[in-house]
Amino acid sequence: MYTFSNRLKIGSFILMAVGLIGIAVGFISAPATVEEAKAMVASHGEGHGSDHGDGHAVPGQTEGEVHMDDAGKAHPTVGMGAEVDHGNALAHEQEHEMSHDEHLLHQLQNRPWSALYVAALFFFFIALGVLAFYAIQRAAQAGWSPLLFRVMEGITAYLVPGGIIVFVILLLSVLHLNHIFVWMDPEVVAHDELLQGKQGYLNPTFFLIRAAIFLGGWIFYREYSRKLSLAQDEANDNTNFVKNFKWSAAFLVFYLVTESIMSWDWIMSVDPHWFSTLFGWYVFASMFVSGITVIAMVVIYLKSRGYLPDVNDSHLHDLAKFMFGISIFWTYLWFAQFMLIWYADIPEEVTYFVTRIDDYKLPFFGMIVMNFLFPILVLMNSDYKRVNWFVVMAGIIILAGHYLDVFNMIMPATVGDQWYIGIPEISSILFFMGLFTFWIFRAMATVPLQPKRNPFIEESRHFHY
Amino acid sequence: MASKVIQAFYNDDDVLMHAVKRVRAAKHHIEEVYTPFPVHGLDKAMGLAPTRLAITAFLYGCVGLTVAILMMNFIMIEDWPQDIGGKPSFSYLENMPAFVPIMFEMTVFFAAHLMVITFYMRSKLWPFKEAENPDVRTTDDHFLMEIELHGNEQELYDLLVDTGAVEINSIEK
Repeated sequence: MYTFSNRLKIGSFILMAVGLIGIAVGFISAPATVEEAKAMVASHGEGHGSDHGDGHAVPGQTEGEVHMDDAGKAHPTVGMGAEVDHGNALAHEQEHEMSHDEHLLHQLQNRPWSALYVAALFFFFIALGVLAFYAIQRAAQAGWSPLLFRVMEGITAYLVPGGIIVFVILLLSVLHLNHIFVWMDPEVVAHDELLQGKQGYLNPTFFLIRAAIFLGGWIFYREYSRKLSLAQDEANDNTNFVKNFKWSAAFLVFYLVTESIMSWDWIMSVDPHWFSTLFGWYVFASMFVSGITVIAMVVIYLKSRGYLPDVNDSHLHDLAKFMFGISIFWTYLWFAQFMLIWYADIPEEVTYFVTRIDDYKLPFFGMIVMNFLFPILVLMNSDYKRVNWFVVMAGIIILAGHYLDVFNMIMPATVGDQWYIGIPEISSILFFMGLFTFWIFRAMATVPLQPKRNPFIEESRHFHY
Repeated sequence: MASKVIQAFYNDDDVLMHAVKRVRAAKHHIEEVYTPFPVHGLDKAMGLAPTRLAITAFLYGCVGLTVAILMMNFIMIEDWPQDIGGKPSFSYLENMPAFVPIMFEMTVFFAAHLMVITFYMRSKLWPFKEAENPDVRTTDDHFLMEIELHGNEQELYDLLVDTGAVEINSIEK
């Protein structure tokens, strides 16, 4: 039986408190009027250097001309969100300037919201990735992993609070408290034929219904499978185990469909003109590797505290192999998506990467180094996969890299070139990290850390690579 | 120099694994084990030095990557630059994404093929080579452990019987 150590509990509360304060600061310091926004950008432009779309810090000062000069160049740097309410703005030249400033205001107002949303999604995805991993272990009747089931179940416990928070953010977006999803703005849709065509699918009501179905399905499976898993410990036969197997197999089908649709809804629709059929898989790879990384890190933590005595080197080795393998899988999908769009060079598709390469050079390429180059070099050696601190270090980099991945998915559309990893972003990460830590370890402390009567528990105990 | 070896037969890989561990624990030197299929963990049980094949694979992969880069640079950039889909081939770096699949494939190709060749050379295997296994049954359903004999034959014999050997022969080599 694991007891939630006080130090960890206090630590997670501190993280949450600091995070909350920072999030509040982020919201308070967001500009309320166009004048404030312009002033902020003007003072920012000097300090920030080249990361921030060179041409773009300027419009506040040299207005008008910028867009004539580098219409071709400056325009893609504005971001897809910009295209939507900008596309029509370009048509009416007079309104242009005003709408540009207003757009800037929206970007700056979006920043604390986007920061919150990115962190909420990232930590929710960890739990969701673990849930998929868990379901696969169940459906495959894997013999090596049952010792880790309680850890995985503990992590998936976060689906409930994490899912609710994400849902609330989506709900607030629908209620127009922020401009993360431009297609939710009827004013934008009225001037946008493409969005009008998508209205049958991309409308606020259906959007929320879908989100509710996805979250409901995932949470239901998690709770039910957990119940069966605990019941199996007390049972005299394997009926609970078999039931769990069947539900897990069925869940995976549900999950693969809903996860893909979720990624279109919650992530891809921030760029409502852009689409990629590979997107669902790509998002899945990201959450899968983050989830597995967190499993490995939690297992190492618990082992260092003297729990999970039967978990051996080989379990850790397998988890690290998954971290390595899925990192490469992520890269494969990321690159498959990138290369086709880059090669075809169709304007409506390629804007997605043009924005990112112009305005997000550091996070965009940094992410590839952190999510691909680093894991492939560090985790390639078989022996290193068994060295705890090595796996933890690699895990931290991988998690940071995948946070950046989610960051790159959302931010270019919502804040454009006004991004920065500052107080709102870091505080949001801290808050959700605290909540996540608190929730998963609390869930792990409620039941014994090792399943008793799983039919494969002996095999798992003697698992030897 | 003629030396005497004992050949013990087993008909199960689990029994063999346990036998290997016990024979090693009794400080006998196992010359070789012949098996009809690869037995997982046998190398570790026998105390063989870890393989360096993985290191060669990495190096071969690096060679493959380099060859692919130089090859594509010569073919597509230097020798015959073409304008494909509005992407003129004047710079390797700008066209790099298009070459990534080739870089990947060549890395795998070099690593895989050269590793297999290295493995064959290191194991002294080549086409038409005379088989080295002392008993044909090791290609079918028996496992054979060959142990160098120093003096006490009876003691080793008893130990092997005890570990579940189905047949024990001593042979002059």
